[in-house]
Amino acid sequence: MLPENLKEHTTAAAVEAFDPSALLAGKLDRGELTIEIAPEKIVSVCGFLKYDLKFVRLSTVTGVDWYPAEPRFEVVYHLHSLDRNERLRVKCRLPGGNPEIDSVTEVWRGANWFERETFDLFGVRFRNHPDPRRIMLPDDWEGHPLRKDYCITGDRV
Amino acid sequence: MSDLLTTPIPESDAVEATGAKPRSLTLNMGPQHPSTHGVLRLQLELDGETIVKCQPDIGYLHTGIEKEFEVKTYQQGVTLTDRIDYLAPLSNNLCYCLAVEKLLGLEIPPLAQWTRVMLTELTRLNSHLVWLGTHAIDIGAMSVFLYCFREREDILRIFEMYSGQRMMTSYFRIGGLALEPPRGWQERVRTFIEAFPGKVDEYEELLTNNRIWMGRTRGVGIMSMEDMLDLGVTGPMLRAAGLKYDARKNEPYSSYDKFDFEIPTRTEGDVYARYLVRIEEMRQSARIVKQALEGMPGGRWTADAPHVVLPDREKMKTQMEALIYHFKIVTEGFRVPAGEVYQAIESPRGEVGYYVIGDGTTHPYRVHVRGPSFGNLQAVPRMVVGTLIADVIASIGSMDFVLGDCDR
Repeated sequence: MLPENLKEHTTAAAVEAFDPSALLAGKLDRGELTIEIAPEKIVSVCGFLKYDLKFVRLSTVTGVDWYPAEPRFEVVYHLHSLDRNERLRVKCRLPGGNPEIDSVTEVWRGANWFERETFDLFGVRFRNHPDPRRIMLPDDWEGHPLRKDYCITGDRV
Repeated sequence: MSDLLTTPIPESDAVEATGAKPRSLTLNMGPQHPSTHGVLRLQLELDGETIVKCQPDIGYLHTGIEKEFEVKTYQQGVTLTDRIDYLAPLSNNLCYCLAVEKLLGLEIPPLAQWTRVMLTELTRLNSHLVWLGTHAIDIGAMSVFLYCFREREDILRIFEMYSGQRMMTSYFRIGGLALEPPRGWQERVRTFIEAFPGKVDEYEELLTNNRIWMGRTRGVGIMSMEDMLDLGVTGPMLRAAGLKYDARKNEPYSSYDKFDFEIPTRTEGDVYARYLVRIEEMRQSARIVKQALEGMPGGRWTADAPHVVLPDREKMKTQMEALIYHFKIVTEGFRVPAGEVYQAIESPRGEVGYYVIGDGTTHPYRVHVRGPSFGNLQAVPRMVVGTLIADVIASIGSMDFVLGDCDR
């Protein structure tokens, strides 16, 4: 379901051709391409992006909390193709109740720490992650500070 | 007595006594170890002197900077970027400013762009000098450290002249520069930059063909380009393994495309290759600074955007409109249109990326910082497992990480 202006875009069109049901939306804003992928398809689409479209680098994985909107969380992947000097933003939307998504560590081993950070600060769980622990905060920390409903003033009880 | 000393402990006894394999020893390196440069902690499992397992532990410097961005105005955010990578504050300033300017759609005048390039390159020199000095001292070359810090002092004085601060300069502002470049700065920078290549020769004389240096660094900490790409390593480490990629050349920002410089690469991928790449990068940075000095364009040092850039003091005192803008920007900040951008630049350590989401208000909705040290440190186990413990020092020294940048 690509908007008209992206039908001609090579990368966006290739992803749509690969798996039309996986691609939920696309946007080209300020010269940056964003595609939204169905969360359950993330690993297969990332595999396609890495091995077929040569997005060999995963720059970063992070989250965004759109509280109180639903679906509440976005997991955002920034990919980089060295051959074509192209960057791509891949997004998955997850519900607020039990945000869970498959880990992409099997595609890029470097996703390991980025996913741990996203888990630590947003509370998004990554299935099949090789080391699903907190990374920045102590193991016994309560809450996930980058969530918008995390209390930042007053005493912590 | 002599029997006790010479008779080895039977292996079965040792297992029973400690409950562990007899030859394995867990060693905790850091977070307060001098050669972990900050607060990196490595849990090493040793078999004799050989590392069989390595588990990095980070987060000791986590200060919640990404959260703090959300309660500051866009302009106040610049001061936070200084404190992320305290050895390359201006690179972070630049990346954040470029990201917000992209959201705003601001055009930055050439004078500001060139000054930004010049100062960012001086920052690269500053950072590489600290790296070289501390890396050499880790391996045992004491005097290089003193020379490097001598030149670094000159750079910090130039920063102080520009911004009043030696390290946390916050000199770049959204829309341009904080202040007009001061009088006499050109001579100051020129004197420094003309003498600098000679100083690099001095460091090289001490190290490049030094047999002890070569013995400690050649063939140590080798990693292939494929491994590094997979693990998210960027910057000089990747270039030392043969990848000719530098954001300044491949995705030029802030008029880097108008400068003539080379991207040094090596193919060995060891500690020595990383040293050679960074040394050459220093020479290239000096070239860029020189070109910036010689071709410095004239004009304004801030963009023509009264709703974003603070007005001159003189105008503020004489013009009603300027006073209103001043009041609005200071009390409330400026509004940034909704949208999201990811801006990546080449910092001394690799790819710094700022992912900024605006929601149409005066505060960013979310800022994510991709620190190069975070990506690079992931590769430590891959690099040190199977090597000797003394090589760990050389290997992590060659990564040139800053824990503030890693933990944020």
